[in-house]
Amino acid sequence: MDESTLMNTPRSAAAAPAADDPILSVRGLRKSFGSIEVLRGIDLDLTRGEVLAIIGPSGSGKSTLIRCLNMMEVPDSGELRLRGRPVARGFRSRNGSIGVGELRRHVGMVFQHFNLFPHKTVLENVIEGPVVVLKRPRAEAEAVAMDLLARVGLDAKRDAYPNHLSGGQKQRVAIARALAMQPDVLLLDEVTSALDPELVGEVLTVVRALAEEGMTMAIVTHEIAFAADVADRAVFIDRGVIAADGTPDAVLHNPEGERLRAFLARFHA
Amino acid sequence: MYHWDFQVVVQSWDLFLIGLWLTLLYTVGSIVLGVVIGLLVCFARLSDFAVVRIAARSYQEIFRCTPLLVQILWFYYALPLLIGVSIDNSVAAILTLSLYVGAFYAEIFRGGIASIERGQHEAAAALGMSGGQAMRRIILPQAAKRMLPAFINQSVIQFKNTSLISVISVGELAYMAAVVNGETYRPLEAYTVVAVLYFLLLFPLTQMADRLERHLRVSD
Ligand SMILES: Nc1ncnc2c1ncn2[C@@H]1O[C@H](COP(=O)(O)OP(=O)(O)OP(=O)(O)O)[C@@H](O)[C@H]1O
Ligand SMILES: [Mg+2]
Repeated sequence: MDESTLMNTPRSAAAAPAADDPILSVRGLRKSFGSIEVLRGIDLDLTRGEVLAIIGPSGSGKSTLIRCLNMMEVPDSGELRLRGRPVARGFRSRNGSIGVGELRRHVGMVFQHFNLFPHKTVLENVIEGPVVVLKRPRAEAEAVAMDLLARVGLDAKRDAYPNHLSGGQKQRVAIARALAMQPDVLLLDEVTSALDPELVGEVLTVVRALAEEGMTMAIVTHEIAFAADVADRAVFIDRGVIAADGTPDAVLHNPEGERLRAFLARFHA
Repeated sequence: MYHWDFQVVVQSWDLFLIGLWLTLLYTVGSIVLGVVIGLLVCFARLSDFAVVRIAARSYQEIFRCTPLLVQILWFYYALPLLIGVSIDNSVAAILTLSLYVGAFYAEIFRGGIASIERGQHEAAAALGMSGGQAMRRIILPQAAKRMLPAFINQSVIQFKNTSLISVISVGELAYMAAVVNGETYRPLEAYTVVAVLYFLLLFPLTQMADRLERHLRVSD
């Protein structure tokens, strides 16, 4: 199949109104693992308050893309900017360019497998970033953390260890941990994929609340209905390129392009 | 029927006491130095530079794959010929013991660190932690817990291994037993006393290690 037919949604037409002021933007992003080129030239802007859903077939490069946004994966080429400032490779920021450390203080991430710190309690997990990275006083960090834990409904679990929590609870703690850094952007990579079906709802509820509060988010998800519901914009990644980009309605409900339709058809079956 | 006579041994209690003291000194000393060496070599093994990794690995394999007894003799008798300076037997002893146990510790530390899932490194990094912060706050505390049983086991072996430095006349327990035996011709009593002393010190230690291990497993 001819790939050019997949690029059927011109970026300019799909761009949000405030596109001239992106928080996070990538241009010409490329990434290979060995001989496989996983990302083959990605251009993407994330504007303030925007909720971006990233969908696509397994292995299409969604995780790699989102992991490039906080330099968890180092791109081979292309440019990443945070509020217009270019992101450099090194950990420290230096004249003009943003280091990886500073980038990650502003761009939080929630993982599919939670990755909570098992040797720390729920509260300790949440204050770890503010105390160690942002050097906040412990009491202040705890107050913020308790607020966040209350918001995800887990203030009663403050002294529990992660191993004593259900998957849904773990993921809600992981979200609180990321929020404790007061990030400008939150990256979520299939945050419900590792959960038992009955626990998916409680995590999606938290994410939905964040979206309503105006949190800027990039969400990789296979929950198409959820994406259609909370996202302001959806992109379809296919074989390392953005094959469709537009409103959830345009991309998810009125898909153009053979491969996107085939992909979505699997979810309506 | 053998006639046990501990009287001759009791008369030499001061020798056994000195021997015990030196055994403890060389054990603790070589363990402390070994931990320092082990940590340095462990981080060298995780280095970005191939030369550093290979050097660390070579050191480890040399000390792990040759007998400690041969190493002790080599450092005391052979090394002075190479460098042209004679080495005190106590220096050769502590040097060899520390380098020997350091090679094993490095492997225990490296294994412990490597056993921590990639997700832990990523979660720490995603919060903006530097490599050092992630190591200190997230990786090492978890790794330490996992490597504790192997660490204690190696240290118990080290305790017993100090007896080998008697071959270069360091006056620790085994050497003192040989001295007492030479004076009294009572090998059975002399070596039994030494064995009992080792056992009395190490048995509580292994019991404690077992309990600690069980405790750590529960708190997980
Ligand atoms: N660290 C890595 N080393 C080697 N190959 C990798 C690595 N990470 C990803 N890949 C490969 O890159 C391709 C894209 O992976 P990626 O995880 O980005 O896909 P994805 O769209 O997130 O898929 P899924 O829906 O299954 O999560 C896959 O072929 C994968 O095997
Ligand atoms: Mg993925």
